[in-house]
Amino acid sequence: MNNSDPAIKVVNLVKKFGDFVANKNLTFEVQKGEIFGFLGANGAGKTTAMQILCGISLPTSGKVTIAGLDLNKHREEIKLKIGYMSQRFSLYDDLTVKENFRFFGGIYRMSKSQIKTATEMLLDRLDMMDKMNDIVGSLPMGWKQKLAFTIANMHEPEIVFLDEPTGGVDPLTRRRFWELIYEAAEKGVTVFVTTHYMDEAEYCNRVCIMNDGAIVALDAPAKLKEQYGAANMDEVFLKIVNRQKK
Amino acid sequence: MIRVDDISKSYKTVKALKDISFSVDNGELFGIIGPDGGGKTTLMRILVSLILPDSGHALVHGLDTVKDYRKIREIIGYMPGKFSLYTDLTVMENLDFYAKVFGVSIKQNYQLIADVFDQLMPFKNRRAGHLSGGMKQKLALCCALIHKPEILFLDEPTTGVDAVSRKEFWDMIFKLRSDGMTILASTPYMDEAGRCDRVAFLQNGEIMGINSPDGMVDGFMRDVYAVKVPIHDVNRTIKALKKWDKTHLAYLFGDSIHWTPISNDFHKDVLLQYILSCGCECISIDLVPANIEDCYIHLSFERDSAYE
Repeated sequence: MNNSDPAIKVVNLVKKFGDFVANKNLTFEVQKGEIFGFLGANGAGKTTAMQILCGISLPTSGKVTIAGLDLNKHREEIKLKIGYMSQRFSLYDDLTVKENFRFFGGIYRMSKSQIKTATEMLLDRLDMMDKMNDIVGSLPMGWKQKLAFTIANMHEPEIVFLDEPTGGVDPLTRRRFWELIYEAAEKGVTVFVTTHYMDEAEYCNRVCIMNDGAIVALDAPAKLKEQYGAANMDEVFLKIVNRQKK
Repeated sequence: MIRVDDISKSYKTVKALKDISFSVDNGELFGIIGPDGGGKTTLMRILVSLILPDSGHALVHGLDTVKDYRKIREIIGYMPGKFSLYTDLTVMENLDFYAKVFGVSIKQNYQLIADVFDQLMPFKNRRAGHLSGGMKQKLALCCALIHKPEILFLDEPTTGVDAVSRKEFWDMIFKLRSDGMTILASTPYMDEAGRCDRVAFLQNGEIMGINSPDGMVDGFMRDVYAVKVPIHDVNRTIKALKKWDKTHLAYLFGDSIHWTPISNDFHKDVLLQYILSCGCECISIDLVPANIEDCYIHLSFERDSAYE
């Protein structure tokens, strides 16, 4: 894959469930190292699109390229090049820190020695070596979040998908999490993130707003605010979604 | 009114609530604001008589949550955090069911639910499990109101609901409050605090502060500077600010970085010089009024510096 190739390329993506069209002709690209925000009201089609991009579900039609690979041909290879994390499901609370590393490392098909090296290096970086045998459920929220993000990145994926990673998290922990996102992006990881917090939309390089299965806006937050004459992304979102309702 | 005195509750080794005390006046809309795992649901469940506190006691309209639980259940409406209606019954069937449980008819207290009811009617024959997130919450609210409760308990009514539906839902809550109902609502969203008469910040089982939203902000004594930098410099600037000995806190805030100094005796040019000396660009620096989220962030940081 060339450095100038986009990390994600979606052309005319359509997904139907029976008569219901969940994704209507989506076309967009995400550049390498970009933080790309994916927003939309409940039922707008975000989850459906994200499941397709992660290789969990197949598109009805359209062409999707992830990390230079055609989704229709290389789904399993794609899964090894991406990381995934959500607030609802990230780590196993009843396993220890080390066991979580071992489990997810195994899922990402890393060898035993790779897992061991990565676990030690990453825990050292997080300054959590002494927590290696602690049960994850007993850790404070901020640490759990750091850990979940680190584990989603332990196999050094090219793209990481974050599905509402900060839902229900306290305001300071939420912000410290975004600093981790920035650091990953600076190292060249592409970040695809969904959120219901509109202040987090401001932290993205570009955001895509979905409504009723279609993309209704896609640009840098500053450009969208200018275009809609809005003071912040919350206003942009409300203006777009309300306009579509009418 | 609601009165809570020194309530504690533990689950095995986890202290969910640590000596919580507060009271809610009649007709007040009181918000419990805090993250997941902070103790919001435990507190709600104790107040609606579903679980027992380990120590302390609580009164709801003068009724004890342990001794008088039957009477309490007649005068309160409760909307649990987890969607708790019958997903295989239709909208109308759920409403009928809840009305019958309380021995009332939908018509009897129609006035109270009219607004929400009208929004639900286009879907009256749809199964509750097939409603959108926002509509489910509206139906749950309707069911919690059907017997015209004196006090309404709403446990995270807007979690997982999009920004538009969240605003609509709070409009409805606000209207109920204007009609005189006493309401205790919990939420993880700071921006909803402003809709409440008073709020309590609940984190790690402790109340970090109770006040009106304005009172909370007025009582915040630190100067807040909004620093705007180009997006490619945001992370570098935050890192540099965190290292600086003049910094109390630096964190992302919408399209800016919010920075608070250790001492308010400070000139913003010093901040600008520091940022430039770190090799970062700076678009603007402004002294801004603190908002409720700034207050929350500082309270949680000052309680637990393990955050850094």
